[in-house]
Order: sequence, then C-alpha cells, then structure tokens
Amino acid sequence: MTNTPDLPGSIDPSMPATIMRSRPAKPAASAEQGAAPGSGDLTDELLNTDQWTDAMIQRAGIPVADIPFVSIGGGIGSFVTVDYLRIAGVPANRMHVLSNLDFPWQTYEYLTRVSQIPRPERIRSDSASRPDNIWGFPSYALTEAFKEGNWAELWHVFAEPMWADFYTPKAGRVFEGLEREAKRIGWHQMLVKGQVRMVRKRQGGGYFIILTPKAGATPTKRVAYRAEYVHLAVGYPGLRYLKELQDFRTKHQDYHHVVSAYEEHEHIYEAARTKPVTVMLRGGGIVASRVLQRIMDDREKYGTQTQIVHLFRTFIDGPHSPNEKTLRAWNKRSGSNGFAYQGFNYPKSVWGGQLKAEMRKLEGEARLTRYKEMGGTNTPWRRRWQAQMGNGRREGWYHIMQATVDDMRIEGDKIVSIANTRNGKLEIPADYIIDCTGLEADIAEHRVLKDLLDHSGVGRNPYGRLDVERTFELRGTASGPGVIYASGATTLGGYFPGVDTFLGLQVAAQEICDDLARRRFCKKIGTFRSISQWIKWARNKQP
Amino acid sequence: MLPTLGGRIQSRIVFLAIIGGIITLILTPILPLGSGALSAKYKTTFLILLTVIVLGVIWEFIYHLIMQWRWEKDWPTFFGLVTLINEGVVVYLLADYGIVPGIKAHSVPLSAFLIDFLVIWICVWLWVNGPMRVVNVRWRFHGGRLV
Ligand SMILES: Cc1cc2nc3c(=O)[nH]c(=O)nc-3n(C[C@H](O)[C@H](O)[C@H](O)COP(=O)(O)OP(=O)(O)OC[C@H]3O[C@@H](n4cnc5c(N)ncnc54)[C@H](O)[C@@H]3O)c2cc1C
Repeated sequence: MTNTPDLPGSIDPSMPATIMRSRPAKPAASAEQGAAPGSGDLTDELLNTDQWTDAMIQRAGIPVADIPFVSIGGGIGSFVTVDYLRIAGVPANRMHVLSNLDFPWQTYEYLTRVSQIPRPERIRSDSASRPDNIWGFPSYALTEAFKEGNWAELWHVFAEPMWADFYTPKAGRVFEGLEREAKRIGWHQMLVKGQVRMVRKRQGGGYFIILTPKAGATPTKRVAYRAEYVHLAVGYPGLRYLKELQDFRTKHQDYHHVVSAYEEHEHIYEAARTKPVTVMLRGGGIVASRVLQRIMDDREKYGTQTQIVHLFRTFIDGPHSPNEKTLRAWNKRSGSNGFAYQGFNYPKSVWGGQLKAEMRKLEGEARLTRYKEMGGTNTPWRRRWQAQMGNGRREGWYHIMQATVDDMRIEGDKIVSIANTRNGKLEIPADYIIDCTGLEADIAEHRVLKDLLDHSGVGRNPYGRLDVERTFELRGTASGPGVIYASGATTLGGYFPGVDTFLGLQVAAQEICDDLARRRFCKKIGTFRSISQWIKWARNKQP
Repeated sequence: MLPTLGGRIQSRIVFLAIIGGIITLILTPILPLGSGALSAKYKTTFLILLTVIVLGVIWEFIYHLIMQWRWEKDWPTFFGLVTLINEGVVVYLLADYGIVPGIKAHSVPLSAFLIDFLVIWICVWLWVNGPMRVVNVRWRFHGGRLV
C-alpha cells in the first residue's frame, strides 16, 4: 500500500468524495508532435482533441474497422470477460481482443515462473477460482481427484483451513484449462495483436481505439477501431523497485546483484550452488515466501550453504488487528516471525460473502480504511514453509529483522546495506539482494490510462486507481450509449477489493456481463442458459 | 462457503425445502417407521423437516455470530457438514420429548430419524458445495442470496 500517491481532493463538489479528479481543468498541451495529415498516424488534431469525429480519423488517413465490443489487454482479465460474454450469447465476430500477448496467461505465467512458481508448483487461489470455467464447478480439486486419481485433494478441500493448508491448484493445470477454454470460445479468432495507444470518445457516441500493430504488419502505422463498448484489462501499469535499490542499480549500473523477484534471476540460485553466498530479501509477502522456499529447497536438494537475511519494513510478531491499536478478538489476523498470515491476498469473504457485501456500501475514507485493515502485505501460513523457516532459524542460516535501508554501498565483492533497525544502525553485507516487495507503479505510468485521465474525464478512487462503478463502468467515460469498463489491478480501491485475482476478475466479468445484458448487447445468464452452457463446457462444445 | 446472514437464511430455507422435500417424499415409505398409515408417516417426516428449517434459521444467527470471530469471515466446508451434529441432536430430542407440535413423544425411531436426517443433510451439503453454482451463477458471489 506504499504506492498510493498523494491525491488531490475532489475538484467538483457535486461529485461523491470517492471521485478524485486528477484531470487538470484544462488538459495539458500534448508534448507529442503530430504526424502529417493523411500519413496514417496520429495528427496534431487528434492528439489535442478530447472527442474525435469520424472525419478527423479520415483526415489522418487511419483506416477504421467497426466492432461493437473491444477488450484491451488480452490477459486473464480480458479472457474471463470475453468468456462470460461468449457464454451470454455474443458471437466471436462481434468482439475483438487487442493485445500484445500471444495467449492470455502469458504475462501471468512469466511472473509466476520467475517468482518461483513453475508449472508443477501450486499458485495462490482456491479450488473454485477457475478462470477457464465461469461456474467454478467442477472445482480444481475435484478435477484433480478424478483426472489424477488424487483423492487426497478432496479431503484437503474438506479439511481446509483448519487441518490442512488451503487447497490451491497447480499452475500447469490452470494453464491447460485456459488453453482448452481459449480454443472452445474462439479466442484466436478474436485476438488482434498490437500495442493499444489510446482510447478516445467519439462524437456521436462510442469510442475510437488506436492500435499500433507490429511494424510492417499493416500499410499504416496505426489502425483504429470504432466500438460501442470498451473493456480495459491492462494488468499492472508497471512495477516499481524500492527506492534505495533503484538508486543503487542506476548509480552502479548493476542489474546482476540487485534484482526484482519479478525479473529473471536464476543466476542467483546457480551461483549459490557453486559457492556459499548471502542473499538479502526485502519484503514480507507471498513472493518473499516463494523465493525463500526456492533457496531453502536448494539447501535441502543440493546442500547449498546459502545464508539468508530477511528484512521486513513492518515486522509482525503475533496476532494483530491491522491499522488498529487494540487487538480485537473478532478482527485479528495471525502473524509471526515478521509475516502477517492470510490464505489469500484479502480475507476470503471479499470474494462473495460478508466482506464483499460490506465493501460494496463503503465510500471514500471509510473504504480506504477497510482496505488497509484487510490488505497490506501478507502471505499464507503453509506447513512446509513454517518447518523450513523454523529449521533455518534454529540452524542459524535464516536471519529475520525489522529494518528499513537508508543507503547501500559496495565493499569488496559485497553490497553493504546500511539498515535502520530497532537496535540502531546496522551494516549488513550480502552478495545478492532480491526485492520481493512487488510495488506497483501509478496508473498514470500506463500510456493508455494516462491518456484517459487527461482526455476522457476518468477519475481516481480513494486508493488512487481508476474509479469504477459497482458495475465496473469507468466513471465519467459514458459516450452516448457507449460505456468503458475496467477490471483488474488498475481498479483496486473500488467497491470490490478482490479485483486483481482470477475469481475477482470473474466477479467483475459477471457485473459487466449483466450490465451489458441490460443494454441488450448480450443475453442475461439465467438458470436455463447457465445449465445448458455448462453442459456445452463439459462436452467441450462451442458456446 | 462465503455467506452473508441473509444469504444463509435464504439458502437454508430454499434448499432444505426443495432438496429435503424431494428426499422426504422418496424416502418416507421405506424408512423404518413401524406400522401405520403412510399419510401419518409423511406427516411425521415433513414435520421433522419443517422443524429443521425453522430451528435452522435460529442456528444461522448463531453461526453468523461465530463467523465474526474468523478473520476471513468465511464458513469452511467442514463446518457446513459438522453442524449436522448439534442440529440433529436438538431436533431429535425435541421430537422425542414430544415438543414438536404434531409428533407424539417417543414415536420416532432413532434409526429412521438418522437415515432421513443424514441423507437430507449430506445431499444439501453436496449441492451447495458444487452443482448449485451451475444453477445460479450469481449465488456464490452474493453470499448465498437467491433474491
Ligand atoms: C506472481 C503473481 C502471482 C499471482 N498469483 C495469483 C493466484 O495464484 N491466483 C489469483 O487469482 N491471482 C494471482 N495473481 C494475480 C494475477 O495477476 C491476476 O489474477 C491476473 O493475472 C491479472 O490479469 P489481468 O488481465 O489483470 O493482467 P494480465 O494477465 O497481466 O494481462 C494484462 C495484459 O495486457 C497487456 N497490455 C497492457 N497494456 C497494453 C496495451 N497498451 N496494448 C496491448 N496490450 C496491453 C499486457 O501484456 C498485460 O500483460 C498473481 C499475480 C502475480 C504477480
């Protein structure tokens, strides 16, 4: 939560407090130089006009294609939304997915793989969070039991979370399921590859989406899509590093010894197999747990002698009521040895139960406070991790401490961090530093979102991300009958906290689908449609 | 399950009434309820089902309260099954002591009660933990509410 930017207050008193317009009263003049009219590229006229006419696009020489629905991103968020709409009766030829990805789980697979969740490892969502199946039935555990004869997994779901860790599916199974569903709904028919540059309102209703296809793929540099409905699922606007780590990397041009867990960093584990090294970890979330597990597994498997120094900015040493001074029996999260424990990134009921209902009603500051209480950095309590870390502490190769780092310097072949700890300043040498904090960049760092903030009246929610309605409509973007929806990490801070997860993206997709049914773009998924479509899913027949 | 109080109560009433009703209809003639008219047997089993529903609504308030002590505010799958013990015991005792209106004291054999109660409970439990999600795609995201 460290990345919430300082927010300007609401500048329009008629708007609810949740809408914090970051839009300047007058859009800042675009620094970008426009291309010549007729060149097939963005002209000055286009760059500087909030609402485009068909004639403007024509004057620029950009070819236009009509398509009622466009989803931008093409990751898991686009996938589950388009999946819902296909099941709600929208044919594949009425939707386009604009993306730089070849397949929907590409970014997800990259991020999980480098952060130490290869295909055979288990991810962090529950048995009924199935992005390849809108019903969550049969659950992953049931499928695993039937397909692999792994009946223990059913016991697992039954006994969780008291006598077993939460069941979570293997990454590989998730990807196989997505592949099958992608074929079934005709994903590749809908996919158009390229980089989306911007979305602007169209005079007369709807939107223009400007896509930059791969160089040479089309006669013009840009192509435009004219759509009535737009869905934005661009994932993380970007990743950020801890400031001192970024400064160090820039100053010393060292991208080898100081890395982010979201970058390839296999060389560190390889080095550890050739000589004893000290690795410093920063951050107390799931990514830190994963990296720790990898180092600890390697110690067991290859007898490596890696020493681990683990720095927590916020050190949790017992059950706690986050954001509150007094410990409340009915509102406490467990924690120990630095970590706050929670099965998933938010308490489970934000995905459907009491907390989901509660959050839906909260506005402004009250909502932000609840976000802080329930979220923050946390990781699951898993039996195996606890045993490994316990060993490490006993045997003296795993050191934990509460600390922030002021400065870093090179000394010999070590990187020394000057840390502020409870016991004063401490100099900690390490061979490698892995940033596991997973900080996310501000939404304005994403070009498409920045353009929307500057030109289309998009606001920020109390958390600083895109301000969406309960239906996931982006507030302020209505254009005639047209609507822009957004889901995923860019909308965190809204009425539904679970957005950046498989199940959360499906919750959003359902809201979007129901809203589009009200607008008569698709059919409402009632009981009959739901059952008949489920049978099609089970038989792997087109929706 | 991720229920809200309203969702709990709605789900409880509807699933017990429909699934429980169908099972009671099928099961009653073959239950070891002794001799006597079938209509009397139906009266007994449906009264027991009704008792489970009515008391169940009270139980749901208690469960909701207990759930407040869980950080996740969830209701694990196991809880949904194991609560058959407390609920079953109370309903049986009430029936056996003749407190349930329309059922005479000591008239319901334990074996018949156990079969009827367990079959219904397990079927409802299995239903809410899987197939129900297919019948209504919104149910699981709405805390178990049906309307
Ligand atoms: C390490 C890690 C582990 C996770 N584990 C889980 C888990 O176990 N369970 C769970 O439910 N969730 C998990 N999550 C959350 C997970 O990221 C989301 O559930 C999901 O992948 C997000 O989907 P998305 O569509 O929002 O983003 P993505 O899948 O990243 O898709 C968005 C994509 O849009 C594309 N894009 C962006 N801008 C443009 C543009 N201008 N033009 C064209 N294309 C563009 C990019 O390629 C981007 O990757 C995890 C996240 C991380 C980082």
